[in-house]
Amino acid sequence: MTSNKWLGRAMPYLTVLAMLLVWELTCVLFAIPSFVLPRPTVVAVSLYQNFNTIWFHAERTLLTTLLGFGLAVGVGLILGIVVGSSQLVYQGLYPVLVGFNSIPKVALVPLMVVWFGIGSVPAVLTAFMLSFFPIAVNIATGIATLEPELQDVLRSLGASRLDIISKVGLPRSLPYFFASLKIAITLAFVGSVISETLASDRGIGTLVEQASANFKIPLVFAGLVVVATLGIAMYAIFAYLEKRMTHWATRTVEFGIGG
Amino acid sequence: MASERFVEIADVSLHFGGAQGTLAVEHLNMSVAAGELTAVVGPSGCGKSSLMKLVAGLVPPTRGTIEVGGVPVKGPLKVVGMAFQNPTLLPWRTTLENLMLPLQIVRPYRSRFRADRPQHEANARRLLERVGLHGFEERFPWQLSGGMQQRASLCRALIHKPSLLMLDEPFAALDAFTREDLWDVLQAMWMAEKFTTILVTHDLREAVYLADTVHIMSARPGRIVSSYHIDLPRPRNPETAFLAEFTDLVHTLREQTRKERAAAP
Repeated sequence: MTSNKWLGRAMPYLTVLAMLLVWELTCVLFAIPSFVLPRPTVVAVSLYQNFNTIWFHAERTLLTTLLGFGLAVGVGLILGIVVGSSQLVYQGLYPVLVGFNSIPKVALVPLMVVWFGIGSVPAVLTAFMLSFFPIAVNIATGIATLEPELQDVLRSLGASRLDIISKVGLPRSLPYFFASLKIAITLAFVGSVISETLASDRGIGTLVEQASANFKIPLVFAGLVVVATLGIAMYAIFAYLEKRMTHWATRTVEFGIGG
Repeated sequence: MASERFVEIADVSLHFGGAQGTLAVEHLNMSVAAGELTAVVGPSGCGKSSLMKLVAGLVPPTRGTIEVGGVPVKGPLKVVGMAFQNPTLLPWRTTLENLMLPLQIVRPYRSRFRADRPQHEANARRLLERVGLHGFEERFPWQLSGGMQQRASLCRALIHKPSLLMLDEPFAALDAFTREDLWDVLQAMWMAEKFTTILVTHDLREAVYLADTVHIMSARPGRIVSSYHIDLPRPRNPETAFLAEFTDLVHTLREQTRKERAAAP
């Protein structure tokens, strides 16, 4: 059992290592030039040599992503509560939300440049637009699927709609909420990097765009590795918070009482 | 017992989905005396649960009037205790915290909840002890068995000392042993506090064992077709269920409900 547990812990690292190994060997075996597909070791060297430049850009990407994500959590929460607690609003707003979410956000970046100029604002907004939807949908689902019997119990105690949402609806939606945060944070990274690629003077997107224009392909990969790492780090933070706050939703039967 | 009427249902009908929709109950007349334990039995789908919702004010009747405590029911009653077949405890709260939920909602307790918390907590612990849940206060509901959850659900329905307790097949999902244990738990609590109780059930033995009066409902659209006064002495115990009087009553009720089922469309 314990050896299995350790193996489980090591699995992500082993998988990454195995993939890197296959990648490295493929490049060596087929003599792929590094301006087409650089070997992982070459990417690592580039990452090491350009670390200050990369970090300069990564800092900005992290900031714009977190700002956009924060905005998405706020708006997503409110939208989710409103949509989830009213059948009418649900029917009215849901198609609009789905429609909006179907628009490729890349197409909106030039528009935002017209409105807000080149820089961080379009990046923040793109991160926001890409990530609020899963949050809103999950909160709405959590609230809308409240057991009718439980609502009867609460209403017969004189509970207002607000009482029902705050005492039961929201706590009950927490597992859904955290599940959506893990999706949303990765989407927020996608959004900010897309926007930076198109219209910014700083950020991993800008770096990648400039590096590929100059055929510094290893640097492109180094930048992408940093984004992926930041994404994983954020994901891990929310996974940890989820475990702390919604332990009741992932029940263990270890101390269950039978009979 | 003073036969002061506490719940008065007069010629009530309820349509679901407009005038053309399903007729859940029709021309229903029923009254429950203060402090009485009343059971309502009937074939499944006869509108027993609709009756509960009507009395609690959760759905307005299409026709007729309902009075509780001499006041016409206009909206959800504010101080009803309810328990269902599904215990509906909140999985993120411990058993003790689940019991406190009504106190955080019902007026006037809610405004003073923080200040009175120690006292409420003591009450909740005492209540849990009475239903045999001592030592499980800090457990989460999903760590309890079905019977224990139902005991906790019963406690939650009673913690705010409601004047009216409504039970909708609360013991239907339990095994026979647990069910009969819980009959005794409910009977003991009712005998101590005499809260007016309406118990909806399809278990005739349960109805005879617990109730002062048993009303039989017809098939949908539901109305009361006959009522029986159960005169068996209290407290009734498992031996009571073997008395000739008891089995005769169950037989009579069974005949009645069979006729109602046969008459069902």
